[in-house]
Amino acid sequence: MSDAIVLTGRTIRLSRRNLDAVLTAMLLPILLMLVFVYFFGGAIHTGTEYVTYVVPGVMLLCAGFGSANTAVTVTNDMAGGIIDRFRSLDIGGTPILAGHVAASVLRNTVATAIVFGVAFLIGFRPAAGPLDWLAVAGILLVFILAISWLSACFGLIARSPEAAGGFTFLMMFLPYPSSAFVPIDTMPGWLHGFAEHQPVTPVIEALRGLLLDRPVGDSAWQALVWCGGILAVAAGLSGVLFRRRTG
Amino acid sequence: MAHRPAIEASGLEKSYGAVKVLRGVDLSVAPGSVFALLGPNGAGKTTTVRILATLTPPDAGRARVAGFDVVADRRRVRRAISLTGQYAAVDEMQTGEENLRMMGRLTRLGRVESHGRARELLERFDLTGAARRTVGTYSGGMRRRLDLAAGLVGHPEVIFLDEPTTGLDPRSRQAMWEVVKGLVTDGVTVFLTTQYLEEADQLADRVAVVDGGRVVAEGAPAELKERVAGQRLDLVFGDVAAYGSVARQLGVRLVWSDADRLTLGVATDGSAAHVRALLDEIDPSAAPWTASPCTAPRSTMSSWP
Repeated sequence: MSDAIVLTGRTIRLSRRNLDAVLTAMLLPILLMLVFVYFFGGAIHTGTEYVTYVVPGVMLLCAGFGSANTAVTVTNDMAGGIIDRFRSLDIGGTPILAGHVAASVLRNTVATAIVFGVAFLIGFRPAAGPLDWLAVAGILLVFILAISWLSACFGLIARSPEAAGGFTFLMMFLPYPSSAFVPIDTMPGWLHGFAEHQPVTPVIEALRGLLLDRPVGDSAWQALVWCGGILAVAAGLSGVLFRRRTG
Repeated sequence: MAHRPAIEASGLEKSYGAVKVLRGVDLSVAPGSVFALLGPNGAGKTTTVRILATLTPPDAGRARVAGFDVVADRRRVRRAISLTGQYAAVDEMQTGEENLRMMGRLTRLGRVESHGRARELLERFDLTGAARRTVGTYSGGMRRRLDLAAGLVGHPEVIFLDEPTTGLDPRSRQAMWEVVKGLVTDGVTVFLTTQYLEEADQLADRVAVVDGGRVVAEGAPAELKERVAGQRLDLVFGDVAAYGSVARQLGVRLVWSDADRLTLGVATDGSAAHVRALLDEIDPSAAPWTASPCTAPRSTMSSWP
């Protein structure tokens, strides 16, 4: 445990000195939000102010895209000699990866909060009460945690930081075929099946329901089950991958 | 306790796929000594170090380090050793001091102790002036010194150095040698690998020559030099391919190699007949590299050492 804390501090220091990546992870969702609200928003009819509709999707994009960066930080570590040094100090894969994931959670919590701030500035007015906010924070946190750990697995598989960057690409596009930016029923029929049942959709629906104080239905549970499932699989898999990569 | 070897290995074997990297390595290293594993690239030096440092399990054979089995008692071995590999294992984006303090925390020193130990090591390795600079701004020699310092934070009993001076310029190499010589005065055991006989000669009490995954000669540097030859023939090549193919061809008879200068040193008995036989063996007609005169080997005889 204490190793994981020391290694979390390390990853945070490393991210602080690599501000380019952190800023990109934050600026990209903000830019996309501005593009959607001001360029496309006028043409998209969602039954509410578009900015209100789109913010949950942007939050998720920000959280997912930022968390996916964990793949790159893990790959960079695996490529250098430092993992051998950690292993020769009897530090196993779990604290090493937990350090990366914990730093990612902290980094992305801050980034997501900043993106929320910008959303307020451009007219986002949620109707959520304190408990709803708490639930929103909880869901986002679990989502960030799950995606960060999943990215760590990709980071263990990828042999170069460029390849690991491919995962951030995936996380950037996954919200598009979902209800993040446009209602699913405006998409072609063959996409509905995927768009309705992919993991991002219940997370967005739950966030939207909570923020707008609308009935959330089953989406909150579905979101937690998806995230919990991804987290459990990723955590288990990362142990196996780490041993295979270093054995 | 005082008499048990710091490192003992017998019959170590390791294959990667179809490639047999180690074919039965036996070693014994006395505590408080410097032991060098000397050999060309691909001889199995790094694999041996990785097995002894518990990072890779052997396919066959046994090894004990600091009295513990490297497979069964891996964790206790890890607590007694440190490994400084060929690739600098420090974070470029952290400062020298941050790297050392982190290592202190990871070797279970307290916050204050880690701070003190970091200061002490920076001072000892002449890095105090660069303590607050990120490692990315360090020269190659400074990085190696920091890397070595990072390995010492936890007061290891046995220190593994995998090619500590490869890629360093002659001055930094000299500085690194002084640092390694200084380690022994602390009573630790140093196990290093090198491609340079000169380095083994400078640093080690005993040298084992490895080639093709086996120990082919072992002894004190002086003995070894006498045994291999009194004189050395240096071959300088025009390109890497020629250098590589002749290096493979000469195998164990290589006593020295320098990839940066494309130079191979081979042992001779000093007689013209032997030199002629050697040059005939690396026959120009057998290898395409000699087709053009600019890639032909140039030879110089030099007395050894």
